[in-house]
Amino acid sequence: MIRIENLSKNYGHIQAVKSISFSLSDKEIVGFLGANGAGKSTTLKMMTGYLSPTAGNVFVDGKNIIEHSLEIQKQIGYLPELNPLYAEMKVYEYLKFHAEIRGIIDHDYKKALERVVVECALQGVVHRTIGNCSKGYKQRIGLAAAMIHDPKILILDEPVSGLDPNQIVDIRQLIKKLGKEKLVLMSSHILQEIQATVDRIIIINNGEIVADGTSDDLISGSKGMTQIHLEIQNADENSIQDMKAVIPSISIESIHKMSNSIQVTLEHTSTSDPRKDVFDYAVNHEWTLVEMSTSKRNLEDIFRHLTQDGGSADA
Amino acid sequence: MHNILTIYKKELRSFFTTPMAYIFLVVFALVNGYFFTNTFFLYNQSDMRSLFGIVPLVYLFFIPAVSMGLISREKSLGTIEIITTLPIRERDIIIGKFLAGLSLILVALLTTVVHYITLINVGTTIDHGAVFTGYLGLALLGGVYTSVGIFSSSLTENQVIAFIVGIAIVITFFLMDKLLVFVPPGLAGIIQYLSTEFHLSNMSRGVIDTRNIVYFGSVIGFFLFMTTRVLESRKWS
Repeated sequence: MIRIENLSKNYGHIQAVKSISFSLSDKEIVGFLGANGAGKSTTLKMMTGYLSPTAGNVFVDGKNIIEHSLEIQKQIGYLPELNPLYAEMKVYEYLKFHAEIRGIIDHDYKKALERVVVECALQGVVHRTIGNCSKGYKQRIGLAAAMIHDPKILILDEPVSGLDPNQIVDIRQLIKKLGKEKLVLMSSHILQEIQATVDRIIIINNGEIVADGTSDDLISGSKGMTQIHLEIQNADENSIQDMKAVIPSISIESIHKMSNSIQVTLEHTSTSDPRKDVFDYAVNHEWTLVEMSTSKRNLEDIFRHLTQDGGSADA
Repeated sequence: MHNILTIYKKELRSFFTTPMAYIFLVVFALVNGYFFTNTFFLYNQSDMRSLFGIVPLVYLFFIPAVSMGLISREKSLGTIEIITTLPIRERDIIIGKFLAGLSLILVALLTTVVHYITLINVGTTIDHGAVFTGYLGLALLGGVYTSVGIFSSSLTENQVIAFIVGIAIVITFFLMDKLLVFVPPGLAGIIQYLSTEFHLSNMSRGVIDTRNIVYFGSVIGFFLFMTTRVLESRKWS
């Protein structure tokens, strides 16, 4: 449905987006993850026609955004970051404005209004001035405006930022429901939110796609998915470093010296279990093993790994 | 056309949902009324030439004030991203906003009709044609200044800067034919032709010359075109 081909955007000398390519299908909820300044919003702005690409193109049903922006904008509902609204308008006036621009008038407008008011739970505020509504309502008003024409594609830039936990759950449920009928592309830095809502995750870092797949794909595709945490006494750092040569399946992630012990974090792939080898190594070197525990990497670790180290984990 | 009308209605509504439009209309009527009636009985002439001399001066400050927020406010609020990602051309957004700004100016201009009614009641041998062409000239001048105002509003997200830039441009147009003595003789004709006052003075004397209409139309078209280009330039920033 949407195909992004070698999309790039430069702001002066700064390359905000560097030749990224990916495709999105119908009825899919896709999370667009990245740190601040990674290029998420710039990519979404190019997809909606707000910005033009420096190179590459965005295709929606085979039509490119540069030559057919109006046709593509008719198919897209867009909620920009920070959800700008006309504070002096009443809620129904704002929704009517969007509907009129999209050619929805009279009876069709009434039906569309009823639909979005119910879907976004705006019943109590339809006649209220937008500026007097709470942040949660404002977010839903922005979402309702993006959905007034029942678009095939919804692009939501940080739809849950600044909302309280109850409001986040409400919006999540709404997005999940919408994803059954539409393509929903949402950006966020809230990892738990993305993990709980989307079918597929695309991670962008420094303007490049560094991961693309389901949450499980990303976790299982990431090397060193399991971590072993050790707390040992009577050990010297050299013998800890030498462990890697004796047990090749592990990598040493960190060594922290405490007052009377050392904490070590090891990583290994999911296919091996080196705990016995680690224990034997400790015995052979006469270490006192105070603690050994394991933990699995989660999406947050993957995100930090990919966006801090610049790694790649395409699934 | 449909989209222009939608933008027009939105802008007009936003003018009148805040006290700004009402304050503007009242102050505009009071300022013009004060200066017109001050000299009206003194001159003892049945014409409105003095009003047609006052209104352009009042326009110099009022129109940039009315139009300063037309685009800059959208930029500062971030709603420019909403409006430009809707299926509507930039040109239509600009025309809709321009027409809304101009409508407010025309309503303000209508408040001065009360002086015309006074003139009909107390005056003799009134040249109704000259009054009509004078008003037409003021309406067109309002269009020119509104187009300048919307252009300056598109340059920045700061309404105060938009206001100052707007005033600077309209004053330049206003003063052009008053500075002809400082201009080389070869350029004087061109500078005079570019001056709004030159064209307006023809119309307030009761003359409708196609060149005046073309001038006003061209300047409006030029600034609306430039505003559209400025709005489109965000794509390539």
